[in-house]
Amino acid sequence: MVWVNAIVQGVLTGGLYALFACGLSLMFGVMKVVNLAHGDLAVVACYIAIGIIAATHVPVLWSFVIVVPVMGVLGYVLQRTIIQSALDRGVLTTLIVTFGLSVVIENGLLEFFTANTRGIGTGLSLVTSSFSLGSQIQIAYLAVVIFAVAVVVLLGLQYFLSASKYGRLIRAVADDKEAAQLAGADYRHVFGIAAAIAFGTVALAGVAYGMSAQVDPTAGTDTILLFAFAAVVIGGLGSLWGTLLGGVVLGVAQQIGAQINISDEILAGYLVFLAVLVLRPQGLTTRRAQS
Amino acid sequence: MSLAMETTARSSGQFRVTRSRRNVAWTGAGAVIVVVVLALFPFIFYSGTTTILVQAFIVLTLSSMWNLLAGYAGLVSVGQQAFVGLGAYFVLILALHGTSPFAALPVAAIGCGVAALPLWWLVSRLRSGYFAIATWVLASAIMLVIERFSSLGSGTGLPLPGLAGLSPSLLSAYTYWAGLAVTVVALAAMYLLLRGRLGLVLTAIRDDEVAARSSGARVGLARLLVFVVAGAGCGAAGAVLAISQLQVQPTAVFSVQWTAEMAFATIIGGLGTIEGPIIGTAVFILLQQTLASYNAWYLIVLGLVAIVVALFARRGLWGLVDARLHVRLFPVGYWLRLGEDADRARRTRRRRTSAFPA
Repeated sequence: MVWVNAIVQGVLTGGLYALFACGLSLMFGVMKVVNLAHGDLAVVACYIAIGIIAATHVPVLWSFVIVVPVMGVLGYVLQRTIIQSALDRGVLTTLIVTFGLSVVIENGLLEFFTANTRGIGTGLSLVTSSFSLGSQIQIAYLAVVIFAVAVVVLLGLQYFLSASKYGRLIRAVADDKEAAQLAGADYRHVFGIAAAIAFGTVALAGVAYGMSAQVDPTAGTDTILLFAFAAVVIGGLGSLWGTLLGGVVLGVAQQIGAQINISDEILAGYLVFLAVLVLRPQGLTTRRAQS
Repeated sequence: MSLAMETTARSSGQFRVTRSRRNVAWTGAGAVIVVVVLALFPFIFYSGTTTILVQAFIVLTLSSMWNLLAGYAGLVSVGQQAFVGLGAYFVLILALHGTSPFAALPVAAIGCGVAALPLWWLVSRLRSGYFAIATWVLASAIMLVIERFSSLGSGTGLPLPGLAGLSPSLLSAYTYWAGLAVTVVALAAMYLLLRGRLGLVLTAIRDDEVAARSSGARVGLARLLVFVVAGAGCGAAGAVLAISQLQVQPTAVFSVQWTAEMAFATIIGGLGTIEGPIIGTAVFILLQQTLASYNAWYLIVLGLVAIVVALFARRGLWGLVDARLHVRLFPVGYWLRLGEDADRARRTRRRRTSAFPA
């Protein structure tokens, strides 16, 4: 029963990891940008939510209504300015610039908000209460909600990209931006919109993480970026469903590791990541290796 | 210029291909003098000065290695702290078994070079951005594994034994010389590697990987060699770090801050030149000493400067110097000089020798 519990909890945590990962996946898929500041931006979103809740007393659950558009606008602006000019100068510059952003944001948060942990939870029944399955499995309502949000976001993104008119435009630009430009699409604007969407999911992930755990500035890289990346690699690059599967596999591996030895939680996740890298470098869902 | 033309032109003495415009022997003599003067520092200055210089040696070694990875082989590693940490722990393990930490230093460097082989096998499948994060994940995983050993102090680390017999002034002098030696060896090794066949292969890869591959350049082998050398260099720097700190703490030696420092110093100084990291390290130490009382602000300023430099002055501070004065302290490229006519030589030099065409 302990193991079943570990697997159930792992699957639910996996939803959060998939939510972490889909922004990273989207930005790589469309712009070929590996955003090393991804996790730190999620922490920024979480801190914005904490600030907004404290200042305006909006209901905790509705804070995302403000945070998501704010981060979306930030994403558009960052993409149109810094990231686009880095992209024009090559992959190396993009990595250097996003790594620089990551270090600047993380240490800036440390300077202004100290290394103290903080969370969004304010005694809401949804956040604190849980229901039981059988005698040993306790499931927090919040974990179920976050998992559902992750599935809805991934479904929505998948539908948006594959079926909507604008999604088609994004895919066209991702495939060949010069050709799309010739056909009349302003690829810089499309990149901006894609970044806005990615940052929106980052905001959701940051708020969800802030509700389910205590967050400090170093969580951006130590937890969010690395777990998101592990989920993407385990699931297979460039597949949104793979990302969900990767998040779930990572979550289950961590929970099983924690069952064996409480301090091995994170290491167990990384070992699965390394095993996938060695045995199936193309990921669990993709057929052929992608570069 | 076609090959036939080139052959006839060369045989008739119309142009020469040289390593440097100036005589390399002078640069070599200058380097020897600088090293000798630096080696005399512990007899002249108080240990406060040499302690700062030890830090400079560590950062210079690290950034030279990062420069080799990113600037020459196109491998942006964000996980070099793995080797800093491993180097520190190699010294700790050997010291716990009774070896002198100074004798353990070269062993640690070699150990890190060997450890780079399996790590390369894991991450070499990934390219650019994914390579960057994968190295970061690896560094975290290695730290978590080391934290499992209670004999190595688990999560809190251990003080470094084996140095209690030395007087403080002697210890700081030895530490200084160890740091200087590591830096000199690292820079010399890098210079010789880049002057040789590897440098040629790496330049070919940087200009056009597909063309280099189809001309028979062993791209994978060249990158592996760079990764191993960079691992050994960062490991040696980590060993010096352990000796200068007199203790090894996992979160400190495996901190991504090391990679941030080496990357920012390299970019500010100039990516893809041996001189760049030297300038970058000077800027780094200046900033760090100026902002010493403001916690992590030096890192924030350094990061912002690195972003601005990466976007607006891609060849860094040394690139700005080189563009005006055409100076190379470590000539690894080739100069094409037409005849003995200095004016004509100056005109062609601009076109043929820049590492990054403007």
